Amino acid sequence: MSGAVAALPFILRNAWLVAAIPFVSFVFVGLVLRPKVPRIAGVVATLSIFAAAGVAGGVAWEYYHLFPPGALHPAIVPFAFEWLRFMPGLTVTMGVLLDPISVLLLLVVTSVSALVHLYSIGYMHGDPGFGRFFTFLNLFTFSMLGLVIAPNILQIYVFWELVGVSSFLLIGYYYEKPSAVAASKKAFIVTRFADLGFLIGVLILGYNGYTAFGDVGPTVAREVTGRIATDLQPFDFLYLTHPDLLGRLAAPALAVGGVSLLTIAMILVFMGAAGKSAMFPLHIWLPDAMEGPTPVSALIHAATMVVAGVYLVARLFPAFAFSGDALTVVMCVGAFTSLFAAVIGCTQDDIKRVLAFSTLSQLGYMMFALGVAAMDRPAGYTASMFHLFTHAFFKALLFLGAGAVIHAVHTNSIWEMGALRRKMPITHLTFLVATLAIAGVWPLSGFFSKDEILAAALRGGHPVVFGLGLLVAALTAFYMFRIYIVVFLGRARHEHAEHAHEAPFVMWAPLALLALLSAVAGFVPFGSFVGIGAEAGHEGIDLAVAIPASTAGVLGIGLAFLLYSGDGARATAGANALGGAYRVVKRKFYVDELYLFVTHRIIFRHISRPIAWFDRHAVDGMVNLSGWTTRRTGSLLGALHGGRVQAYGVWLVGGTLFLLLVLWSAAF
Amino acid sequence: MGIVSWLIVIPFLTALAVLMTPARASRVIRWIAAIGTGVELVLTATVTWLYWQQAAADVASMRTAAFFKLYLVERVPWFETLGITYLVGVDGISVAMVILTSIIIFTGVLASWNVVERTKEFFCWLLVLVTGVFGVFLSFDLFLFFMFYEVAVLPMYLLIGIWGTGPKEYAAMKLTLMLLVGSAFVLVGMLALYHGSGMHTFDLTKLDHAKFSTDFQFWVFPCIFVGFGVIGALYPLHTWSPDGHSSAPTAVSMLHAGVLMKLGGYGAIRVAVYLLPDGAKWWAPIFLFLTTINIVYGAFGAVMQKDLKYFTAYSSVSHCGFVLFGVSTLSLMGMKGAVTQMFSHGIMTGLFFGLIGMVYGRTHTRIIPEMGGLAKVMPWLATTFYIAGLASLGLPGLSGFVAESQVFLAGFFGNPWHSLTYMQTLTVIATMSIVVTAVYVLIGLAKVFQGPIKDPHFEHLTDATWPERIATGMLVATLVVVGLVPGPFIDLIEGSLMPLVNRL
Repeated sequence: MSGAVAALPFILRNAWLVAAIPFVSFVFVGLVLRPKVPRIAGVVATLSIFAAAGVAGGVAWEYYHLFPPGALHPAIVPFAFEWLRFMPGLTVTMGVLLDPISVLLLLVVTSVSALVHLYSIGYMHGDPGFGRFFTFLNLFTFSMLGLVIAPNILQIYVFWELVGVSSFLLIGYYYEKPSAVAASKKAFIVTRFADLGFLIGVLILGYNGYTAFGDVGPTVAREVTGRIATDLQPFDFLYLTHPDLLGRLAAPALAVGGVSLLTIAMILVFMGAAGKSAMFPLHIWLPDAMEGPTPVSALIHAATMVVAGVYLVARLFPAFAFSGDALTVVMCVGAFTSLFAAVIGCTQDDIKRVLAFSTLSQLGYMMFALGVAAMDRPAGYTASMFHLFTHAFFKALLFLGAGAVIHAVHTNSIWEMGALRRKMPITHLTFLVATLAIAGVWPLSGFFSKDEILAAALRGGHPVVFGLGLLVAALTAFYMFRIYIVVFLGRARHEHAEHAHEAPFVMWAPLALLALLSAVAGFVPFGSFVGIGAEAGHEGIDLAVAIPASTAGVLGIGLAFLLYSGDGARATAGANALGGAYRVVKRKFYVDELYLFVTHRIIFRHISRPIAWFDRHAVDGMVNLSGWTTRRTGSLLGALHGGRVQAYGVWLVGGTLFLLLVLWSAAF
Repeated sequence: MGIVSWLIVIPFLTALAVLMTPARASRVIRWIAAIGTGVELVLTATVTWLYWQQAAADVASMRTAAFFKLYLVERVPWFETLGITYLVGVDGISVAMVILTSIIIFTGVLASWNVVERTKEFFCWLLVLVTGVFGVFLSFDLFLFFMFYEVAVLPMYLLIGIWGTGPKEYAAMKLTLMLLVGSAFVLVGMLALYHGSGMHTFDLTKLDHAKFSTDFQFWVFPCIFVGFGVIGALYPLHTWSPDGHSSAPTAVSMLHAGVLMKLGGYGAIRVAVYLLPDGAKWWAPIFLFLTTINIVYGAFGAVMQKDLKYFTAYSSVSHCGFVLFGVSTLSLMGMKGAVTQMFSHGIMTGLFFGLIGMVYGRTHTRIIPEMGGLAKVMPWLATTFYIAGLASLGLPGLSGFVAESQVFLAGFFGNPWHSLTYMQTLTVIATMSIVVTAVYVLIGLAKVFQGPIKDPHFEHLTDATWPERIATGMLVATLVVVGLVPGPFIDLIEGSLMPLVNRL
């Protein structure tokens, strides 16, 4: 261990505790509490995440103490150990990497997760699988924290998969419910398919990084001495994002079909990120993922799982930026997804589904924000992380608020709710804060982060993306106020809604806290904390962006009030007027049906079944044929020895004549 | 008699003890088998520790060595005129395989707690079989090796033919005949080595000093590799596996898929690649191609299976492909991956077949569409089944990932002798299996365990008994330990694989 790392403050050297505490709690809750005393499983699990949040707070404090806001924020690896030695010179370590984005994510993940845990104690009260739920929830948080602190690409892959499996377990938590089972399988398989790209990307980066390590490694190692606890390894991010290596990878000699190897590798890695962050066309699992208990949705949509993809792109941002083309792909996919999902979000009737599509749309926002950034123009990078930060709070709040509503009215359909503002005043107020925040209304947090993203798009020379962003902002305000109006205002539309009651304290306390965070998070001078490269600094409110963006928001809100206040007849008329187009949107552009067709018709019916048949009949047929041939030959030869002297006589005479004939023909 | 010989003798003595117990006392027979295999487990731990003590100092020198080093050696001349020696000992690879075998046979005995038909004969043959398996992993004289190999294969015929289910005679016949054809190839190869070396010895530690001509290696390598490939389920010689496994009784499936199939990879490393490196270099691209088919084809084949045992058997075809693929990369990383996969797949598939037996014992069906919602009535079995499934789809934190990541990297890193593009292309094709495996594992397990309870009779089924819990718990713990802390396992095998790679 180098001297400089040993001299770091205690909490930074032991930042691994942030993941270790939830892990220990996961094992303890899963093996001991769950079978024996499930009642206290919730409390222990929740306390462990609060402890992790404490560690995260300490880490953030010390990190920014060491590298004050506004100054340069280098990445440090204060702790790492050898985990798996592939061969001499190629080792995978497990450790902790601290830089502005990992510190940010640590804070977001632990705080949102702690509040979700707390809320779940109330929400899951009396559920037969209470202990199991908290076991999985702890595993989920642990996996996400391990992913966030990963100092190398293999550790991130390891925890990436663990995040996938814990989301699978939680989405399929109600395992007796066929729709939950289907949703959990879908989530896992779709993200696994995306991970195939990630894996191949890792292989390409790993191989080429390893072969270049002899030349480039020593330079990089010299640059990072004192910041890293072990020897530099080819899989380390500090190495993989170094310009010297990236230059090697982008060299024309390595290009395949005119595309640089770096671009290919980064697009493959982005495929993994797109799967986890549910970018089009790999988005189909996320809307179904709401089959899990609502706190799980809050966790998936706000702090864990889906932000992993955005985080991965941010983590490897120098590589994406160096490639350029790969970053353009990120921008296009992000921008398209944000619009695509926002359009669908306007038509859905299930409150959680609307929120799910809004997550897709917001993630698209974060992605294209990264896409418009560059190493010398990092405003989009900072804006993306800023939006991730604010979105985590208001999206968690929206889901937990929706959970409180669902808990009270026992339905997901917004058309069976209504007038809940009187029955559930706290939920109503907090939901309103979140709705205003996501709609981008000043002075709530969403306004600031969205403003930064739009400004970055405009300044980065992407007016089309900027225009698209404005449109999405209007649509977001529209569909969010659509559900707000239908659920909380007007008259009760169903008897369920009449018997609703306010959520208990453990549920509304997290709502109130999150509402507070959603309201004020925008005032954090984010740019002086999180940035990449030399340039850092908050740009402040830019009226050229803020005015059109706010106008778009107000238009969306106004349209929602126009269509949905009162009996909603105008909305129905509007939908009817759109006719077929409306149906296509409502069926989510038939993407699910397309996938179903491809998997069942093509893969199962035309690949798997023929292979299964081929194996049983052709390959095994050959084996049986050889057995059959042996037996037939045996019995044929056996028939010659029938024991009848006459037959032997015939063969004897015939054979002699034949041989004579041969001899005779040979003689002449 | 040294400790390594005891490892071979104890299962045999246990078999004799079972033989001398009256057939009526089935309870006593079970306990004898459990205690015998328990002692074997303790002995294995001791051998591992002793090996560790002695080998730790040698690892540095192994980096450049061209010959593997044997520990705890016992060498007794047997048929001196023919050059046959009783030569047993251990190196890292055999220690790993012995640990695997001990765990599988111990848990297999626990999983067979409820065998009622001819209990005595069943345990007797099972223990004879496992004696052969231990013998193979511990002997370093090719004649002895081959003899034990046959001891391991033949009882299988009786175990499947008598205690099996379904078309058991057909399956038993097919399995035995195919494996015997494989061993005929191996025998020819071994005799060729015996004569070709000009030394007239079967002693592996002497044969490796022989200089085999390139022509000789070209002919003999495929003979031995394919011969072992049959039992390692090399495509297209794998078809005994689905039939054999699905007909075999629980403990036999466990032992067979868990341990016996590993003899293929073990023999390929120990004999074929070690003694015939030039032959390996010539043939490796072809076997890489075939094993890539194994990996992907087995996975696709598993998607459509309706019977849990066929499902697992096809999954084994896919996973065993990783073993021979790793060997065929001819790199240290690939060999390590192969041995890790042998161990990991052994434990995982042992767990799978054990669990299938336990589920079948309750539901009396193995047909996937007939089951459903079993997680509610048997949470323990469902949980462990899911862990086995997650291990097989290569989830990090379980041993399968450690193995597969090494094999994939090895394939992608290539070796100095073969086209990098070719190897990388095959590796990319092989990585497709991670998706297909996820598809069949999740779909299959969901149908069995999730959803509403399909058959009202299932409502009254019970969860795992104590012997079953110990057995499955041990196997799960092994998967988790190797998956979370792979370092010690890698240290165990790496030193012994280095000489092998240095020879190439």
